Amino acid sequence: MPEQSGSKSLLDLLPESAIGIGMPADDWRGAIGAAGSLLVDSGATTGDYTGEMIETVEKLGPYIVIIPGLALAHARPSPSVLHTGLSWAALATPVDFGNAQNDPVRLVVGLAAVDHTEHSGGLAQLARMLSDTDRMDALMTASSPAEVRRIISEYEGAEQ
Amino acid sequence: MKLLAVCGMGIGTSIILKMNAEKALQRLGVDGDVEVADISSARGAASTADLILTSGELASELGEVPPEIVVVDNFADVDEITQKLSSAIEARS
Repeated sequence: MPEQSGSKSLLDLLPESAIGIGMPADDWRGAIGAAGSLLVDSGATTGDYTGEMIETVEKLGPYIVIIPGLALAHARPSPSVLHTGLSWAALATPVDFGNAQNDPVRLVVGLAAVDHTEHSGGLAQLARMLSDTDRMDALMTASSPAEVRRIISEYEGAEQ
Repeated sequence: MKLLAVCGMGIGTSIILKMNAEKALQRLGVDGDVEVADISSARGAASTADLILTSGELASELGEVPPEIVVVDNFADVDEITQKLSSAIEARS
């Protein structure tokens, strides 16, 4: 499947510095801000990218809440993206994005992409994990960044 | 058969939808390709697709397009996608 052969694995794209547990957010903008600040912390983007992710939702609506409890925040590749990366913001309290089917959101995954391919392998791995509801519950309730990475690495190991 | 997975940018949610739509096609034993498009190029790409998969918000953004639009609520729920695709494919034949 060549179109999914992005060179980076999910763990490559998600360093510990890009994972936050119990992050405070008052509303959906704050929740995207949490995922955005983690992308800045891990060196994937500049601070401008957060505003670009918020604009995406302002323009196209809360379609990024693609799974009950989970928003995949992202914007187009732009100069504010320094390298491809993901962030993981588990919220202290769930917030509504205005998506009738899948609110409230407990986890915001931020995606910063430099092009259409480099992140696709890691994102495909994420998709496989997300359709495994037991794994998803374990990830949603993980208590530390290290635990999130451990659960992912066990899953990647099982896939080999 | 050709399916088109539509998202806002064509880089994020549509990749997840594509993955799980491919699984759904396998379960149904249907031979098909799933392509990805962003909302701005989707209208053009739609003319050669048999079915479109997207979310409720983006379905209203797309408006009237030639192929039937299958609205997916949970992009990770292969059961939901399988069931909706199955009905849509049945309705076409």
